[in-house]
Amino acid sequence: MHKLESFVRLANASLAYGVEDKEVLAIDDVSMTIREGEFIALVGPSGCGKSSLLKLVSGLHPALRGEVIVDGRQVTSPISICGMAFQNSTLLPWRSALDNVLLPLEIVEPYASSFRRRKGEYVERARGLLRSVGLAGFEDKYPWELSGGMQQRASLCRALIHEPRILLLDEPFGALDAFTREDLWAVLQSLWIEKRPTVILVTHDLREAAYLADTIYVSSPRPGRIVSRTEVEFARPRTLETTYAPEFIAKVHGLRERIAH
Amino acid sequence: MKPPPTFARPLPAKERTDRPRRAPLVSAPLVRRITPWLVTASFFILWEIVCVVFHVDTFILPKPSQIVVSLFQHYPAITANALQTLYTTLVGFALAVAVGLFLGMLVGAMPPVYNGIYPVMVGLNAIPKVAIVPILVIWFGIGTVPAIITAFVISFFPIMVNVATGLATIEPEMRDVLRSLGARRWQILRKVGIPRAMPYFFASLKVAVTLAFIGSIVAETVASDRGIGYLMIAASARFDITLVFAGLLVVALMGIAMYEVFAYVERRVTFWATRGNEMLT
Repeated sequence: MHKLESFVRLANASLAYGVEDKEVLAIDDVSMTIREGEFIALVGPSGCGKSSLLKLVSGLHPALRGEVIVDGRQVTSPISICGMAFQNSTLLPWRSALDNVLLPLEIVEPYASSFRRRKGEYVERARGLLRSVGLAGFEDKYPWELSGGMQQRASLCRALIHEPRILLLDEPFGALDAFTREDLWAVLQSLWIEKRPTVILVTHDLREAAYLADTIYVSSPRPGRIVSRTEVEFARPRTLETTYAPEFIAKVHGLRERIAH
Repeated sequence: MKPPPTFARPLPAKERTDRPRRAPLVSAPLVRRITPWLVTASFFILWEIVCVVFHVDTFILPKPSQIVVSLFQHYPAITANALQTLYTTLVGFALAVAVGLFLGMLVGAMPPVYNGIYPVMVGLNAIPKVAIVPILVIWFGIGTVPAIITAFVISFFPIMVNVATGLATIEPEMRDVLRSLGARRWQILRKVGIPRAMPYFFASLKVAVTLAFIGSIVAETVASDRGIGYLMIAASARFDITLVFAGLLVVALMGIAMYEVFAYVERRVTFWATRGNEMLT
């Protein structure tokens, strides 16, 4: 399939919360262009509107000014071609891991209308995905029976099951310990290499950004503006070894200096 | 008193195994099971002892043994009236479940409705139910109907509030996950709202069913010719205090039985909510 050079485009986009005179500007005049299949990371101090950018792209929150264009169409309401994962796994506690992963297929077309008929096939797909993130044998466990890292793995599967063209990740590994987090970097990278969705990853872990992303955007404190754009050229697949290379450390150091805190 | 069964949750497995082990005399589950019986038995034994030691007049406080005797003596009358009370309670409670569930969903899913309806509901709930029984008697006459309506009025409120709370407190992120998939409002309600409100709903049933008993009996004591409430009023008019206490005992037993039924249903249906500390109520 032909990859779009400008799959996600923000043009002077701003976003504000609250009503008329008590508006709080979260994002101010952001412009960026993301290629189809590109993995970008957005880093910055906390409260700089990073999560708001995801709301903008997903259509969960409308832009105050400017334009948000995804796949050639202006975003005005939630777009169903995206998958999301958050810092909390937000798995539904009354559903098993497998049923949680199946949830998007019960809602997103064209799967939803054929869900009953093709359930067997979908269950196989969900099992395959869970296996690929190392959750084979945990399909029937409930979320509260899984560790934090396992929950995030399941949450990634849920975000990917309907083969979204955009994956929006809001600090998905923020609540995990360092070792689990590094494991999941590798898991996410291999999922991305296999399926090649466009990914927007919000994080404040600079190593995470440099490990995973093709391009890193640094945001200013609130209201968020993009203050720098850095390409990351390290060869894929990257490994933990990559993160100890001097170039990698220099890259992370360079990013750190651009973050006003 | 027994430990409140809903809110006593098992510790997460990890914490449990980490605790240092000591060989107990009696296994913990057995202790859990027999403690309520022991406490209840001690209560009645203490009562009996107090009555005997202080020579308490039967007219003031009958001994439990006398109450049990009275219970057997008046067995047919008590059974008939207890069934009447059970009937009005359950009919009123069933109405309360239907209306409470419906209003709770309406109110919980639509904040403007919540906003509009809430003061009226709180006001209605604040009215002492005994005060409305005379009005109900004027409308429907003495007997079964006022008891059913009082049971309904008193018990639908906690159901409505709990269901509304369950729906209104959905984590915004859960909602976002579904909205970002393009889910419609009713899909969010069906996939997240309703399942999430179920623990709140079942928790409220236990409370509501005991309240429904109170409603029925209040109505029966004020204006009825049937039911345990009527039986107690009639007995106290004859100064048969022992029979009054027998009636109270029967009411308490029915209350416990109904509570346990719904506690059991709750454990079965919403097992996922009784795991950690995530439930708010």
